[in-house]
This record gives sequence, C-alpha cells and structure tokens, in this order.
Amino acid sequence: MSPYEQWIALLTLMRKEVRRYTRIWSQTLLPSAITMSLYFLIFGSLIGSRIGSMGGVSYMEFVVPGLIMMAIVTNSYANVVSSFFGSKFNNSIEELLVSPTPNHIILLGFVSGGVSRGMLVAVIVTTVASLFVDLNIHSYAVVVAVVALTSILFSLCGLINAVFANTFDDINIVPTFVLTPLTYLGGVFYSLELLPDFWASVSQANPLVYVVNAFRFGVLGVSDVSVEFAFGMIGVFTLVAYLYAAHLLRTGKRLRT
Amino acid sequence: MPHALEIRGLEKVYANGLQALKGIDLEVARGDFFALLGPNGAGKSTTIGVICSLVNKTAGTVRVNGVDIDENFPAAKRQLGVVPQEFNFNVFESVEDILIHQAGYYGIPLRTARQRIDTYLAKLGLTDKRHVRARMLSGGMKRRLMIARALIHEPSVLILDEPTAGVDIEMRRSMYEFLREINAAGTTIILTTHYLEEAESLCKNIAIINHGQIVTNTSIKNLLRELHRETFILDAREPLPEVLAISGFDTTRVDDFCLEVQIEKGQDLAELMSHLHQQGVTILSMRNRENRLEQMFVSLLEQAS
Repeated sequence: MSPYEQWIALLTLMRKEVRRYTRIWSQTLLPSAITMSLYFLIFGSLIGSRIGSMGGVSYMEFVVPGLIMMAIVTNSYANVVSSFFGSKFNNSIEELLVSPTPNHIILLGFVSGGVSRGMLVAVIVTTVASLFVDLNIHSYAVVVAVVALTSILFSLCGLINAVFANTFDDINIVPTFVLTPLTYLGGVFYSLELLPDFWASVSQANPLVYVVNAFRFGVLGVSDVSVEFAFGMIGVFTLVAYLYAAHLLRTGKRLRT
Repeated sequence: MPHALEIRGLEKVYANGLQALKGIDLEVARGDFFALLGPNGAGKSTTIGVICSLVNKTAGTVRVNGVDIDENFPAAKRQLGVVPQEFNFNVFESVEDILIHQAGYYGIPLRTARQRIDTYLAKLGLTDKRHVRARMLSGGMKRRLMIARALIHEPSVLILDEPTAGVDIEMRRSMYEFLREINAAGTTIILTTHYLEEAESLCKNIAIINHGQIVTNTSIKNLLRELHRETFILDAREPLPEVLAISGFDTTRVDDFCLEVQIEKGQDLAELMSHLHQQGVTILSMRNRENRLEQMFVSLLEQAS
C-alpha cells in the first residue's frame, strides 16, 4: 500500500474506533466521571481532610493525579481489549486480516482508539477534579507526554490481552486481578516513602509507580521517583509491549489458524 | 499470462496434527468461472483460508495473478475478494459503515467508496438497506452484503465459499445472474458449493477435493463426458402396457405412467423412443433422475476412497 492508502486505512480504523466508544458513551465515558467523583469526595474530601498533607501537598491534591491516571489506564486498556476481542469474537477481524492493511497500521488504529478515549476521559476527570481542588499544572509538557505514553502502553497491553482471550471472561481477568491491584499499589493513594524499605523496593517493579509519579510531577511538581527514570521505564515498557503486539499480529497467533 | 490462481504442493497440518491439505496443485485461468467441490471436511475452506491469509500454510506456494503470497501478500490480497461461508461482519454496524470500513482497509478514499457502494448496493438489491444495521438483515441479504463487501475494492479474483447457502430460489437466481455478469466483465470467480446443479450451470471448470487431495481437475464438459451411465425418468401420456419389453435398455416401471431407464454411454435415445412408440407409448416428458454432476461427484469420491 502507498503511504496515502495506509493513511486512509488508519483514518478508517480511527474513525471506527472513536465512533464505537462515543456511540456507547454512557458505558464508556460516563462511568469514569461518576467513579472518580466518588473517589474525590470520599478519599479526597471526607477522609483526606483528616489525613493532612502527603508528599508536601494536601492529601486531596496528592490523590488527584493518581486518580486521573487510574482513569486513563483503565479506559485505554478497556477500549482496545473490548474492541479487538469483539472483532475476534464476531470474526469481523477477518475484514482487516484479508485486506492489505499492514500490521503496524492495524496496531496504530486500535491504539489510537484507546489513546483518544484515555485522553477524553482524562479531560472529563480533570474537569470533575477541578470542582474539588484548584489544579495548577506544574509542567504541561510532562503531563501531555505522560498521558500519551501511558495510554499508548495500556492500549497495547489491552490488545495483547485481546489476542490471547478466548471468552469475554478472559478480558476481565487482567483488569480485575492485575491492573487494579497494581494501580492501588502504584502510589495512587500513598507516597512510597510511607512503605517499609522492602516493599518500597518491590514497588519499583510496578510500572504504575512510574506512570503515577511522572504524572504527579507534571501536575504538582512532586514525585517519589526520578522523573527522567520514570519516563525511561515507561518508554521501555511501551517499546516491549509494542514489539510483542507487533510480533503477535505478524505471526497471526490466535488470529490465524 | 500468469494464472489467476496457481497453487503448488500446498500442505496444511493443523496444531492438533490433522493434515487438512496433502500437497494440492491447482490452476485457475484468468476469467474462469471455477468450481471447487468436495464433501464437508475435504479441505475447501482451508484452501480458501490459505489463499486469503486466514490460515497459515505448512508448505507449498500460492500465486494470485503471478504474485507469490510469500513474497508480496499485500499485492496478492489487493487482487482478491473473499466471501466467506460464515457471516463475519459486525452486526451492530450499518450496511454503509461495513462497506466504507472495508473500502478504507484497501486504501480507497471515502468519495470513491460511496460511489461504489451506490453501484453494488443497487446491483445486489440492497439500496434501501443502506442505513440499516446488519443484524436487521435477512440471511440472504447478509450474504449479498458480503458479496458487495468483497467487490468494494474491485478485485480481479472473487472467491465465494458457499455463497447461496440459506438464500431462497428467487434470490439465488438473481445472484447467479449477477455473478455471470461480473464474470463476463472479466472477474475470475472461484466458487465452492454444495449445490452441484449450481456448479454445473455456472462454472466452466471444476476441481474436486477429498481428504485434502485434488481428485480431479478438468472442465465440467469433460467431466460429464466421462459419465458412463445416466438414469432418466420418462412420463407417458397413457398408462404403460402391462408387459413392456425394450431390448438393449435396462428399464424399471415406477408406476402406471412412469418409467425409469438406464442409458449407457453410446446408447441412442432415438432408438429408445422408437421402441416405446412401437408399443404405443407416447412420452410427454423426460428428465434426469439425479443431477448428472452429482452422480459423477459421488462416483469420483467412491473411487478416491
């Protein structure tokens, strides 16, 4: 395919993905706004007011970046895993597989759907958060870069999950048993400084730690880990996920017989 | 000029050890209307799956209009349109969206796609269903939608896997007309079907596949010429005589007005009619007891096994 034809194929996939989640906005966009409002209300306002400061800022300010990032992670992941698995389940993925669309365009198309939903949810949740706390962004560049990289990373993870999933139950296992615990243990609600040394070291293996802290630095200017190192780790995780997802599409594992 | 499809030594062994294809060789000329016949599990869908990249082959080569799928699969795919046996579109999308998406995957701009959608929906009688969600279509309409989708990038080779399954007779006939029309316009058509009369009426050439091997590959005319014996049903105007002796012909009385006759290759039908006329029997109509191709098909499969 010529670059122009690839561009058309990519636009087609992006349009299809965006239309899919906006058509069912009450299932894809609204829940995050409601859930995060409750988090802000309960953990931020009610409980947070009794906790005092954390990491040098009020507890409410401390949890907001982590909660926004949590919404981005779950939404970008959920968008790709459900869309790609849905295509597998109803065999419409064959429309793409029999076409000359290159694998990198297929990957980019599905990931762009996840990234756009992650970013849209980020805007919604940030708007909700601004009702509870004044947000003075420390570095817009860092915020945008972290949001983009994180939504790309978790969109890729969603696609990998979808390739291996055989049933709709399989696409809920990773978010429930892996993603949610990693998010809660990734420093959304607490500073790593509060952990004993051993558990603080164990937390270094959690990619969510880097995502949450890099974003918190972008918003508040505070972080438990070096921002440069966090970006490096997110970059490595993203590269590995991309290479693996590309390998799965190239070999046709679980897609071709 | 290269063949529309050229398959050499195609083998497929599935992960469970099943050898679905055992070294298939097949050639389909450009512009042909070709039938690939075989019983369930013979390897038809696996062959089509390999050609359109849904099945990874174990060995062999496949060329589409001279393009080797191992060397340049995207170029080969561009020349192929595939109508699979099972519905494989998102039933929650509208007919138009399904076609626009498929066009987009082939790099066709939206404006061109819309023009082609107008054309193919009109030809396939789906214009009024353009904005209807696919789940609301009948089985026959869904199948026609898949044909429109396979043609949206105007391929030179169209592969149809059981295209008329679940389609009513009237719609089947209009589909035949449409397929004849696009074949006459130059599109090579490869068809798998269980309706042998469909293959006989539409196709010029035929391959029969069984247990992953090509049993025969010839023209339909040649194949039928090899048929040594045919059974005809004759309907008489008046009740048949109690004793009916026709020398040289194997006859069976079905009822008072109906006679079954075995005609060997080389026997003269005029001679049969003459014998009947001499005994005062006037024949009103005559028909094959079975589809001729079906007889040949069964005979070949029996020989192969």
